[in-house]
Amino acid sequence: MKREAPKSIADYSPLFFPGLMLIVFFVIPFSTMIAVSFFLRDPSGFYTPDFVFDNYARFLSVFFGRVLAFSLMLAVMVAICCVAIAFPFTFLLTKRPRKVQTIWLVCLLSVLSLSEVIIGFAWSTLFTRTAGITNLFVFLGLMKEPVALTPSFWAVLTGMVYQALPYTILVLYPALVRLDPQLLEAARTLGASPPRAFFNVVVPALRNTIVATLIMVFVFALGSYLLPQILGRPSHWTLSVLITDQAIYQSNMPFAAAMAVFLVLMSLALVGLTLLVGRKENAL
Amino acid sequence: MMATFLRRLYFTVVALFLAAPLIVVAGVSVNEKQDLAFPPKGFSLSWYGQIFFDAEWRAALIASVTLAVTAAALAVAIALPLAWFLWRRIAPWANVFQILGLAPFILPPVITALGMLTFWATSGFYGQPWTAVISHAIFFVTLPLVTLSLGFASIDRSLVEAASTMGADDRTVLRTVVLPLIRPYLVSGYAFAFVLSLNEYIVAYMTVGFTIETLPIKIFNALRYGYTPTMASVSVFFVAVAALVFSLIARFGDIRKLLGAMSSES
Amino acid sequence: MSGLVLKDIVKSFGNFTAVDTANLAVPHGKFVCLLGPSGCGKTTLLRMIAGLEDPTSGAIMLDDQDITPVPTHKRNLGMVFQSLALFPHLTVGDNIAYPLRIRGASRDEQKKRSDELLKLIHLPGFADRPVSKLSGGQRQRVAIARALALSPRLFLLDEPLSALDAKLREAMQVELRQLQQRLGITTFVVTHDQREAMTMADLVVVMGQGKILQAAPPIEIYRKPADAFVADFIGMTNLLDAETDRAGRVSVLGQAIPDLVMPAGFTKAAVSIRPEDVHLGPVGGDSIGGTVTFVRDLGGTIETFVEAGGKTIIAVATPRERPNVVAGQQVGITLPADACVVLKS
Repeated sequence: MKREAPKSIADYSPLFFPGLMLIVFFVIPFSTMIAVSFFLRDPSGFYTPDFVFDNYARFLSVFFGRVLAFSLMLAVMVAICCVAIAFPFTFLLTKRPRKVQTIWLVCLLSVLSLSEVIIGFAWSTLFTRTAGITNLFVFLGLMKEPVALTPSFWAVLTGMVYQALPYTILVLYPALVRLDPQLLEAARTLGASPPRAFFNVVVPALRNTIVATLIMVFVFALGSYLLPQILGRPSHWTLSVLITDQAIYQSNMPFAAAMAVFLVLMSLALVGLTLLVGRKENAL
Repeated sequence: MMATFLRRLYFTVVALFLAAPLIVVAGVSVNEKQDLAFPPKGFSLSWYGQIFFDAEWRAALIASVTLAVTAAALAVAIALPLAWFLWRRIAPWANVFQILGLAPFILPPVITALGMLTFWATSGFYGQPWTAVISHAIFFVTLPLVTLSLGFASIDRSLVEAASTMGADDRTVLRTVVLPLIRPYLVSGYAFAFVLSLNEYIVAYMTVGFTIETLPIKIFNALRYGYTPTMASVSVFFVAVAALVFSLIARFGDIRKLLGAMSSES
Repeated sequence: MSGLVLKDIVKSFGNFTAVDTANLAVPHGKFVCLLGPSGCGKTTLLRMIAGLEDPTSGAIMLDDQDITPVPTHKRNLGMVFQSLALFPHLTVGDNIAYPLRIRGASRDEQKKRSDELLKLIHLPGFADRPVSKLSGGQRQRVAIARALALSPRLFLLDEPLSALDAKLREAMQVELRQLQQRLGITTFVVTHDQREAMTMADLVVVMGQGKILQAAPPIEIYRKPADAFVADFIGMTNLLDAETDRAGRVSVLGQAIPDLVMPAGFTKAAVSIRPEDVHLGPVGGDSIGGTVTFVRDLGGTIETFVEAGGKTIIAVATPRERPNVVAGQQVGITLPADACVVLKS
């Protein structure tokens, strides 16, 4: 079984089914959506096929500018918070004994099964005035009286960080668990204290992983549509919320599609920019 | 020692953070009356029974499980030949299919959901149950694709060469060496896709939301219109199922390795 | 002819030539060692014999049949890989029986052959043990047993002993040789350890930079190396520049060596002489004058380092013939003609 280029049609056969499925059920829907974004909205029903830029023109308003900026800013903050919490955590986790790691991994995988709705509901409960955690803080003497922490920006941020955290840990895990322990040991023999060695050796060594993870969480956070609604005010609604709103409640598919295309392009551009800057740094 | 204390503290804080919503949900699920109070008023496990005894909840449960079982199977059926092809052959252009396989999961779910919606609406099959199966399968194909790629990469090629020196042709090598070694990654990829499909809301909603109620859709509606602790008990039930599935995988396999660790005795 | 023949085998990877025009004829039942430093092409050559790589040009003949186009799984060979490649998902017994199993042998036949081989490798009763629970030496032997399960025509081993510790390695070299002689099977072993080659081989094939430099029995390679590289690779040797003096005799370090002839066509030459053939005696006469710089007494042998004419010559002697010299002493070096080999340099 040599690893070589495919020679006959039969050699290509494993690719037929996946290729077919992916092209028919992913590429085509996606292209359809791009096409629809140029259609004209039909007030009585769905839409009429056309080719107009009307939908994209609606972006050039202050309102959407603000929503876009907010969505991007929120996603960036979620990404930074998640990676900042998850990176040291995952690093320390990989140093624990096998059994401890296994238990934590099973727990993290189980938490993944909480749907966005439930997460929103649970955190909104935790942040209420009557039964939320502020009561605990009052009990501990940290606050004077209980306060409702929701709806608010910080509630949305907390909820989204919570949702992304298990994914972040699981994405960082392979890279950190394979990290050569001798790197750290070498640093320590050269006089670096453990925290210093961590920041001077581990973080730079895994810079690419960190950047990739930040991008992943960023894109993931951009897609969040329920938590901003449940935990925040309308001013906290992201682009994804608006897209869903337009598509389903306002029955304005073309506009929703246009926003979706725009969102994808924006994410790709930001990701591309980040990678470009990173490459420039490496070249220097 | 200071370092140990700090580490324990850090882990405890993270653990509490992750567990807090679960505690809330568990608490709500045992309310005596149809009330989403937390801390719970009274104690009753009847809401767990509701999952199975209430006709609507039961229908939603069956719908979700059926969807998850079939969609995960389809996702694996798409991912396996693709991962196998990429490992077996040198074909740089085929990597485009790998990107196509990773894309659905990386894109914001609402976009994938929208794409599916427009596709099914345009093709005229909108609302049919099987459209949800295909939509979910495509949406989640990334998971088995990633685990299987990891699995194939972990196969020592000298094992394959050794088998061929002993007289095994390509098909025999696939059957007797590759597939047995891939099996744990197949299982974990399926489990991932299954668990995530059980809890997926928006793609299911946009494709079949008007004809079928899966559990996440029902929970969302319950949150908006008919407060009932059943939605909390369902969530606890799901977490328990996920915990069981992954514990079994951990018990019979090496979950650290499945998630990316090199095989070692450490 | 009966046996394995390599005809003008060339293997290139793009611009890089891994094996350059290899020609070799090996009769049946011989133990061949492919010997050379890393990167010399020996593993590539072995893999071509196995069919895991295709030669860029040339042919491989086995018993007068061209097997070059025959795929690996039809070549009826047994191969032991450097990593041993034992199947982690099968027990010891299932590993050994694998070649039989895939050919449809019954459970009983598989067990019988497996037990037979386990006895041969001195591991009876190990059939149900998982592979992960074996020591390095045991894994070695299981890999060998598995390769021999179907009594193949060719037995190929790629640096099979490199993962073992020194003492075990030496023991395994002897065991492997004895096993091969008992079974009479044509065997190719790739190794970079010349001691290993000397211990096990009927025929040593020394390779350097993709070329076969010399293929001969071990002692012939030792006594009559084909060139300076081979001479230096096998054992210890002294390589000294040779000139022709006015009388036409070969001289080294200014001293003519009687009865030593410079082969025709050699413009630049070196003389190779093994340390155990260098004779140290009192200064004077026909001997080369030198100063002792270091004496290394290893108990079983004594190495004396002598500096002469800017070069260091090493002489090795057993304790019985110990030259009683100390560092700083002047000695006379004699290089007997029959121990000298003139090589192109």
